[in-house]
Amino acid sequence: MSGMRLQLEDIRKNFGETAVLDGVSLHVREGEFVSILGPSGAGKSTLFQLLTGAEHADGGAISVNGASVSGQNRDLAFMPQRDALMPWRSILDNVTLWLEVQGMTRKAARAKVTPLLGEFGLAGFENHYPAQLSGGMRQRAALLRTVVQERSLLLLDEPFGALDALTRTSMQRWLEVMWKRHRWTALLITHDVREAVFLSDRIYVLSARPARVLHEFQIPLPRPRDGSAKGLQEASAIEAAVLETLLIREQAGGPHP
Amino acid sequence: MAIAGLLLAWQLYAELSGISPTTLPSPWRVAQQAWIHKTALYDNALPTVRATLFGFACSLMTAFLLSILMDFSRPLRRALFPVFIISQTLPLVAIAPLVVLWFGFGLVPKIMLVALVTFFPMLVALVQGYEATEKEIAQLLQSMGASRWRVFWLARLPSALPFFFAGLRISITYAVVGAIFAEYAGAAKGLGIYILNAKNNFRPDLVLAAVGVSATLTLVLFGITVLVQRLAMPWHRFEREQAR
Ligand SMILES: Nc1ncnc2c1ncn2[C@@H]1O[C@H](COP(=O)(O)OP(=O)(O)O)[C@@H](O)[C@H]1O
Ligand SMILES: [Mg+2]
Repeated sequence: MSGMRLQLEDIRKNFGETAVLDGVSLHVREGEFVSILGPSGAGKSTLFQLLTGAEHADGGAISVNGASVSGQNRDLAFMPQRDALMPWRSILDNVTLWLEVQGMTRKAARAKVTPLLGEFGLAGFENHYPAQLSGGMRQRAALLRTVVQERSLLLLDEPFGALDALTRTSMQRWLEVMWKRHRWTALLITHDVREAVFLSDRIYVLSARPARVLHEFQIPLPRPRDGSAKGLQEASAIEAAVLETLLIREQAGGPHP
Repeated sequence: MAIAGLLLAWQLYAELSGISPTTLPSPWRVAQQAWIHKTALYDNALPTVRATLFGFACSLMTAFLLSILMDFSRPLRRALFPVFIISQTLPLVAIAPLVVLWFGFGLVPKIMLVALVTFFPMLVALVQGYEATEKEIAQLLQSMGASRWRVFWLARLPSALPFFFAGLRISITYAVVGAIFAEYAGAAKGLGIYILNAKNNFRPDLVLAAVGVSATLTLVLFGITVLVQRLAMPWHRFEREQAR
């Protein structure tokens, strides 16, 4: 199918005796914002490890842009859980990391990235170390480090999980604006129902470990989702439905070890 | 402050208890004698400093190279670690005369002994430091297509820096002692041999003067490592502020 950026079919993964992914299938189309929502420890980050090539699937097929993937250097950019900024590098040098790995000189990489700092609210902080920045700024730096890679798919693993509620909300709004403006294609991992509904076109709800797709939700809310009264009402109806799926299956599955 | 208090108590005890200065000289007397014998002390401190620095440099380079090899090869790490642990359990008192016997009275045996005592803490610190690399950072680099060597250079090595400096500070305190021990076992010149001679001549004041010089040396070296760490890890300050 044209415009298909990512397709996973019946992905299975075990760590030793532990089954972590039990036949996960999902897809992301060009320009879409898709979320994977599931309880902690379900296997969400493991899914991204398979996508980046850090781990290998025990079964199933992965294709990016219609081609089955193998080896390193795939056409996707990964933002790990926690910001994974290098504490010993300045913000600017963290952001240029990928360009440097690709063989660009530090100077050229800096020149290329500097014009983008303003839009990410990092202007004036390029020479600061990550430890000197607020949580929100660190996440914006980590996101900038991801998007400078100019890949056809962004993989975002709980980018706002460590932020306080207020910062998180403002970061979500900012991300929606940026996604729209830059026509990114994004696959987001989260365990925050509200975040998933606010940002996504579609949501895959995963079960607890071993993870399967319980349900796929379409989120037909108009954009930009700036928090108007009508939008909020519709959103909360969808949130309730999503939450119900998560909770009911949780009970049906019984307590997990 | 604590050192000043200790010196004062020692001074008072030496004066008031009527103990003979050939048994326990007062710190004041030690200082006086050190001043009188300053040329001899200086002449003997120089070879000790030289042995310490050369030995330490050798040990640093060996530890660094081996740590890289061990980081890249798990079998090598398994094979070598026990050997190094055993090397640490060898009693210096027995080893020092042997090394002198084999390698003579020159600089070589001293360098070897200093290297032996300072090598292990740095090696362990480096190997552990590499392991402490944040998993997400390594995965991120891998996702960017970085080679194993790039991952080491960009992530594992800088991650090991705080560990390395902790090991360095421990090592440096052993270094001077190691050199003195080597000289004690046989040398033409050096603080170790100076101490031995002073003891044989019943001059505890000069023994203590030499001990004072070696303590000062160690403190200076320690200070230098702290300074180097500040320069090498300018971000460290902010992390500590943040932790508070
Ligand atoms: N490299 C690994 N080796 C063994 N078990 C792992 C490994 N990585 C993850 N796991 C296990 O897989 C399960 C899912 O982990 P993860 O994908 O991180 O969950 P989450 O959905 O919270 O991101 C957890 O139980 C975790 O302990
Ligand atoms: Mg996770």
